[in-house]
Amino acid sequence: MAGIPHDHYEPKPGFQTWLHNRLPIVSLLYDTLMLPTPKNLNWMWIWGIVLTFCLALQIVTGIVLAMHYTPNTDLAFASVEHIMRDVNGGVMLRYLHANGASLFFFAVYCHIFRGLFYGSYKAPREVTWVIGMIIYFLMIATAFMGYVLPWGQMSFWGATVITGLFGAIPGVGTALQEWLLGGFAVGNATLNRFFSLHYLLPFVIAGLVGVHIWAFHTTGNNNPTGVEVRRTSKAEVEADTVPFWPYYVIKDLFALAVIMMIFFAIVGFMPNYLGDPDNYIQANPLATPAHIVPEWYLLPFYAILRTFDNTVWVVQLVHFVTFGIVDSKLFGVIAMAGAILAMALAPWLDTSSVRSGRYRPMFKAWFAVLVIDFVVLMWCGSQVPSAFTGWVGLIASTYWFAYFLVILPLLGVLEKPLLQPVSIEADFKSHYADPAE
Amino acid sequence: MFRKIAISAVSALTLMTGAAWAEGEASTTDVAFSFEGPFGKFDEHQLQRGLQVYTEVCSACHGLKFLRIGALAEPGGPNLPEDQVKAYAKNITVTDAVTGEDRVATPADHFPANTGAGAPDLSVMAKARKGFSGPYGLGTNQLFKGMGGPEHIYSIITGFTGESKEVAGVTLYENHAFPGGWMAMPNTAVAADAVTYADGTEASLENEAEDVAAFLMWAAEPKMMTRKESGFKAVLLLGLLSVLLYLTNKKLWSKVKGKKLAH
Repeated sequence: MAGIPHDHYEPKPGFQTWLHNRLPIVSLLYDTLMLPTPKNLNWMWIWGIVLTFCLALQIVTGIVLAMHYTPNTDLAFASVEHIMRDVNGGVMLRYLHANGASLFFFAVYCHIFRGLFYGSYKAPREVTWVIGMIIYFLMIATAFMGYVLPWGQMSFWGATVITGLFGAIPGVGTALQEWLLGGFAVGNATLNRFFSLHYLLPFVIAGLVGVHIWAFHTTGNNNPTGVEVRRTSKAEVEADTVPFWPYYVIKDLFALAVIMMIFFAIVGFMPNYLGDPDNYIQANPLATPAHIVPEWYLLPFYAILRTFDNTVWVVQLVHFVTFGIVDSKLFGVIAMAGAILAMALAPWLDTSSVRSGRYRPMFKAWFAVLVIDFVVLMWCGSQVPSAFTGWVGLIASTYWFAYFLVILPLLGVLEKPLLQPVSIEADFKSHYADPAE
Repeated sequence: MFRKIAISAVSALTLMTGAAWAEGEASTTDVAFSFEGPFGKFDEHQLQRGLQVYTEVCSACHGLKFLRIGALAEPGGPNLPEDQVKAYAKNITVTDAVTGEDRVATPADHFPANTGAGAPDLSVMAKARKGFSGPYGLGTNQLFKGMGGPEHIYSIITGFTGESKEVAGVTLYENHAFPGGWMAMPNTAVAADAVTYADGTEASLENEAEDVAAFLMWAAEPKMMTRKESGFKAVLLLGLLSVLLYLTNKKLWSKVKGKKLAH
């Protein structure tokens, strides 16, 4: 593996050499675990391990749940109740899986915002960032399809609303929507294919996680200073880094144990807090719930989708200019997809040569507003639409786009960054005393 | 830095919610049920009384199709003796899934579905309604009060005003706890002294409502006690593991990282 110089695995004569010449798997594991890692990583660097754990948790609990679940519109709801009542440990399995999705998204948002603040997306880590964004997108798709499986009211109506978005695409929309649903409306065919894809996509995600890790093991980790590890000599590398094992494995495991403790408290004591009670009502195509809302982790983007209705002048203008092809529904869909796309394009929109937000005084303030903006969007998405939420949503959505499309490009030109440390070692020494003393 | 931003985001959220604390929900009455909180347990006597209310009153119109009759004997629930459950099952007629004929139920059967009167099934009702959704619809008060499903059931039973009206041939009854204020369930459905409790508990409307709400919470989640127990064990073990890993981590890094310097 290219990248930071470090010691490599030396197979001993005998079996080790025999295996190494045929399959250098021990070498691969060694290089992965002993990767020189910046020694100044803070607690925002734990989310990668948490996410890997979440993926494993979801796959393991999901496989067992699939053994007892029935993907049929007449039986799905009852089979979930069967899991909850008659399957050994079924209650914990299902609640771990359902709340595991929430932990997964909580961790991914922490992970993404960490990357946004410390400039982890900047050269040479653009590929890592883009793969991460693809993983995030697949997570949304997987979570959405998984939510349909219990076949409750919110499952059915959520599926109806979201697949309906594809119908907004001009020309092929209706055909595409029917192809996705396997019929004219959400039904048994939809449930079956969603189950199949919900089982498939996590393995695609697992593969992409491997590529994500491969990519940043090639470039090396970013770190809170944003200053690269010096690579000219091994001595310099050793002054800037510690090996991943045992230093970060133990640190990450500690963080994971604390997070698991909170997670199990939620699963054990308030497992339905994050869920919608309507999903304990069996799907009924004849009764629309008063208020259709997605799960909390999709609310910010749902808010962006809903904000751009035909009372917004930009929407009216686009509608007029495109001769009615881009109506408010399509505009909303484009805005929602665009909100994620804008984030994925951050490496090319951010013009600042300084990586870490630590040394960017103006950026800090704009970034803080972005974090608050995200929370405000989440709140907007959860509310019954009103004139007030409409305005708040519009301002918050506009800020989301402005941050990526206007503020990031301009800041690189307008901002006068602070002085960056010469090396990770120098920064570390200015913060911590020599342990020998 | 990141910490500061996180703190400001959290405090922004707290400020938004804080202002609305005073409002609360008018419709749902908060009941202090025994099974609330991490250490709360079902009161088996209350569940038995609730079963009596369900059997003698609610089951006339409602069903419990996901609940196995035999679950009544399981620990963590009403905990009835096996012979009583068998006797209870004998009073129920079910349609055999194989022969399609009616027969006397056994503990292995589920409670019958009952859709004749158009009343909803009550199997998971206590989880399908939320009593508390404030302030500002954020639902943060659920952190302290729970989802409020059983409270919603209690409030429905005790929430009738006595008023009724006829809409398109259907009589609707005014109820403050019901969304929209008017429901099809008659205000005479549950009345004081509708049952006679064997244990001498006064069969007031409030007691009946509380008992049957507790019973329906158990019916919606018969494994709640096991769940809390598993959660408690996991939290305890993970707490211990966290302490051990914290100490390991501290020891490990002491060779790399000295005391934090003051600036």
